[in-house]
Amino acid sequence: MSETFILRTQDLTKEFKGFVAVRSVNLQVRGGEIHALIGPNGAGKTTCFNLLTHFLTPTAGRIFFKGRDITGASPAAIARMGLVRSFQISAVFPHLSVLENVRIALQRKRGASYDFWRSERVLEAHDPRARELIEAVGLAEYADAIAVELPYGRKRALEIATTLALEPEMMLLDEPTAGMTHEDVERISALIKRVAANRTVLMVEHNLSVVEHLSDRITVLARGEVIAEGDYVAVSRHPDVIQAYLGTAHA
Amino acid sequence: MANAQSAMVGTRAARADLRPQWIAFGLMLAFFLVAPATGLYAVFLMKVMCFALFACAFNLLIGYGGLLSFGHAMFFGLASYASAHAAKVWGVTPELAILAGTAAATFLGVLVGLLAIRRQGIYFAMITLALAQMIYFFCVQAPFTGGEDGIQAVPRGRLFGLIDLSNVWAMYATVMVVFFGGFLLIFRVIHSPFGQVLKAIRENEQRAISLGYDTDRYKLLAFVLSAGLSGLAGATKALVFQLASLTDVHWTMSGEVVLMTLVGGLGTVFGPVVGAFVIVAMANYLAQLGAWVTVVQGAIFVICVLTFRRGIIGELGHWLRKPL
Repeated sequence: MSETFILRTQDLTKEFKGFVAVRSVNLQVRGGEIHALIGPNGAGKTTCFNLLTHFLTPTAGRIFFKGRDITGASPAAIARMGLVRSFQISAVFPHLSVLENVRIALQRKRGASYDFWRSERVLEAHDPRARELIEAVGLAEYADAIAVELPYGRKRALEIATTLALEPEMMLLDEPTAGMTHEDVERISALIKRVAANRTVLMVEHNLSVVEHLSDRITVLARGEVIAEGDYVAVSRHPDVIQAYLGTAHA
Repeated sequence: MANAQSAMVGTRAARADLRPQWIAFGLMLAFFLVAPATGLYAVFLMKVMCFALFACAFNLLIGYGGLLSFGHAMFFGLASYASAHAAKVWGVTPELAILAGTAAATFLGVLVGLLAIRRQGIYFAMITLALAQMIYFFCVQAPFTGGEDGIQAVPRGRLFGLIDLSNVWAMYATVMVVFFGGFLLIFRVIHSPFGQVLKAIRENEQRAISLGYDTDRYKLLAFVLSAGLSGLAGATKALVFQLASLTDVHWTMSGEVVLMTLVGGLGTVFGPVVGAFVIVAMANYLAQLGAWVTVVQGAIFVICVLTFRRGIIGELGHWLRKPL
């Protein structure tokens, strides 16, 4: 297999006590693209994400990132290789400030995280970069606010800033616009577009206009299986996709 | 002082404002310097300092690492035996005895930590409790601990071979140095790059993992630091009372340190010190009530949980809007 695919899976399967959540999924994500994973509720999208980052262990199948088999790697090790995920519910450190949230990510890359005998002032060296990232996601005036006090849309923006701080080669975004107001959706999509300029993005998304607007390629999952793949036009005309979304008696 | 500080509440600094904590530290230092002159017994104050350090070490783990250990007596007690044994049988100087106790607790902390930190919540608490019971059993059975009698008449010896610690004020000064040294170390850990990661793990472990942190290693380091500092407290206590006994390693000791931390204020810097003072004072000054002391302690615990869940210092800090 050539290296045009930064991430690929081979017959990825996850069973929960007889219920197959993900069945033989062969996902191929090209480097540099925005790849969307869509499908009705319960299709196995989030399970897929959890498998890719080893928050769940697959029942069968393998996962390759940049040509390396990462199926057995620990979640933290996968993150350090450059495959970083976000979560469906906003994942911030609620009682730390916005600046501290981003610094936690910067600190990991630049070491000294086990230093319990040094003053936290050494972390102020990361402040300029942290403020740049915070500004990039439009949170400049909130830098010193406590994360838990931010409105929902801003928390998602903070989460993206934190993820970006790791400079990941590939980002996995789980429903980045879920539960957002209209303006927030537009701001976040513009942000995703911008940050995808020099990296690969795989995202689970329900908002089809966002998917249409952003993604180069779309994989459709239904009941744990891939039912279609291609660009937006091809996928939206696919009969199985129409059936899966509009529903039939047994859907 | 309170008024002058609440005037500044509206402003929010980029970095946490540590001035209130340094003021509180100054007050605490002044208290332990002046207290013996006010008629409080030196032995009582030394006991308070030993338990305060123990509670602070415990609080480092739960308040900043989010891990509730229900077996911390094993570190306190084992260190107490090791220190007493080193001083009495090996005849080493007191600073080496304390070091021996601390080292024993740190080593035990590595072993227990490796087993326990893989689980969370009630399971973590139960594993630590179970292992602490095994250490208790070991201390009952092992020949060098003296069984029910414990190790008695432990010589305090001469500090660095020079200063005779049988002089109560020399001992008092030594305990102060140990307590304030340990306290400052914990304070530094909380406000270190490592402390920052620890807080992140407590806040959202999944997210910390997804940022590439091997959270188990951070939790293990926190556990070992907490165990070692608990050991420092236990080792010092053995020299103060010239006694290491099964009380130090019994599960009720693990419960008592939880109580001290809760009453004083979980996750606050000074809460465990105040909590230790309250609990030790009750045990000492209500001693004539006999078994009723535990009833009073229980009542205080219930009142604390029902009416001021943040603990004494937690409520005070909340009221002043300053982290203490």
